[in-house]
Amino acid sequence: MRFDYHTRYAQGFALLRHPSDWLAYGSLLAALLVLPLVASTYLVGELGYVLILCIAAMGLMTLTGFTGQVSLGHASFVAIGAYAHAWLMAQGVPFAASVPLAALIAAVAGLVVGIPAIRVHGLYLAMVTLAFAIVVEQVIGHWRSVTGGYMGMVVATPRLFGWSVGSPRAFYYVCLALCVLTLVVLANLMRSGLGRAMTGVRDSEAAALALGIEVNRVKVGAFGLSAGITGLAGALMAHHIGYLTPDAFTLLLSLDLVLMVVIGGLGSLRGAILGAVLISLLPNAVSALKSLLPTAMARQSGLEIFVAGLVLALFVLFEPTGLNGRWLKLRALFETFPLYRRDTFRRQKTYMKSERNR
Amino acid sequence: MSDTPLLELDRLALHFGGLKAISDISLSVNRGEVLAVIGPNGAGKTSMLNLVTRVFDATQGSILFKGQDIARLSRSRIAHLGIARTFQNIELFEAATVLDNLLLGRHRFGAGAWWQQVLRTPALTRIEEDHRARVEDIIDFLDLSAWRHARVAGLPYGVRKVVELGRALCSGPELLFLDEPASGLNPEETRDLAFWIDDIRSDLGITVVMIEHDMALVSAVADRVICMAQGRVLAQGSAAEVQAHPDVIAAYLGT
Repeated sequence: MRFDYHTRYAQGFALLRHPSDWLAYGSLLAALLVLPLVASTYLVGELGYVLILCIAAMGLMTLTGFTGQVSLGHASFVAIGAYAHAWLMAQGVPFAASVPLAALIAAVAGLVVGIPAIRVHGLYLAMVTLAFAIVVEQVIGHWRSVTGGYMGMVVATPRLFGWSVGSPRAFYYVCLALCVLTLVVLANLMRSGLGRAMTGVRDSEAAALALGIEVNRVKVGAFGLSAGITGLAGALMAHHIGYLTPDAFTLLLSLDLVLMVVIGGLGSLRGAILGAVLISLLPNAVSALKSLLPTAMARQSGLEIFVAGLVLALFVLFEPTGLNGRWLKLRALFETFPLYRRDTFRRQKTYMKSERNR
Repeated sequence: MSDTPLLELDRLALHFGGLKAISDISLSVNRGEVLAVIGPNGAGKTSMLNLVTRVFDATQGSILFKGQDIARLSRSRIAHLGIARTFQNIELFEAATVLDNLLLGRHRFGAGAWWQQVLRTPALTRIEEDHRARVEDIIDFLDLSAWRHARVAGLPYGVRKVVELGRALCSGPELLFLDEPASGLNPEETRDLAFWIDDIRSDLGITVVMIEHDMALVSAVADRVICMAQGRVLAQGSAAEVQAHPDVIAAYLGT
């Protein structure tokens, strides 16, 4: 077991608290930096895509996991980010300026949805965001002068400071840098006042209001931030896809994102990343599995969706706290060995939950 | 110190359609006292508290806090004036640790600009350390150090009650409302609570208004008692006076 000896409070809330944390995350980052030099181009492209989905999942986690607002329409923010970025690039805006601008445009769209949507909770909020996603899909389909409609539009090759970063390897590093940046920004926010206010709004609006937290502003802000980060992922996604059409951003993408944050474990950035890695690698795993299955089963369409649904059902049944919860349990097992108790993580049922004054 | 009461309710009424939850209540809370509000269920005790903390809009009447009318203020401004409360059915941030709950109590003192939070500047670290130091004072005061890093979801009921009291104290109030602080506590925890309420008043200088059914606790800590029934004030005075009042005996306490 490990006992910390702190002489300042700041040591207690540092991001990496122990030398072993520095070693672990340092070697992870080093591995991610070295990987493109040894891996095949196909693998590097896929990993870049995983990193993009990590950013998008962190975006949704900000809203659903930390602030407690369900969204079934996050694919629309990915789409807005992607199209805004592609259009700005087509107008001659350089890549380095276009990506943050696209994120900003998505954030504004998030605020526009958020201001009316925060009046409703739970299931109703899910319906509002779903409706928004459908509207966005239709608008993209019909606004031919900007988006190219259902014919689609080509995304220009990204250039950074005069260098082309269009190759999978170079683009992988762009994705990695932005993913790490997003992670650090969100981790910093979540251990500061704004992050605490978000979790406060999630867990009890009545108490949050009584402590002087402006619940509506926090919710709208979370919508904007979440949409902005998801839009950033969208801008990168545009380059990964290369040719934008509305059917790249359907309800299935929204559901995939929800799946990532739920399976990863709501309320943790680690969960968002683990969930994004698992869900984005699932199709690859399924196609590897196909060769082992009887041909009649392997030929069935929708096998990926079936497996994704099965994984979700299994997680809800056996590990409701998601991959992050499993991670914490494993870590506790090793840190306290042989004194680990299963009951440490057992949640007690709460019978008194007031919904009246929210 | 001036003679004006800290809080003054003037002919306050709250109607839900035809239901008169509170009709025509006038009372005042003096600085530095512990005021207990007793009464049968449905008397309007919590409704009155919800009027002051702006959960409900008063149908008529005014609420003066330090001479300022707060009857139409927004709900989230109340904490900034220095009014804190606890809830009858504990409203803690379940998935967060005790420490985060208490830090959230410090929300009204600010936590730095958003860009400072994003960049985690040294100035922000100092703000956070300062909040933490204030929170540690409350942890010492309420003996919560054993639970500091525990998640609220796994805490026993009695400890949750104390954490909620601690969170209210962290917001540095002048006026503290406790809504049935002793409900669900065992006799030992109730005794601790009596000492704390006494210390909150004497050491921290906070005026306390508590809604409570436990008459032993009320007579132990309250300077003044108000008995409500059916949305009206039935009697007020010292604990002994109110307990002996014939209307109170008939409506609430029994013989």
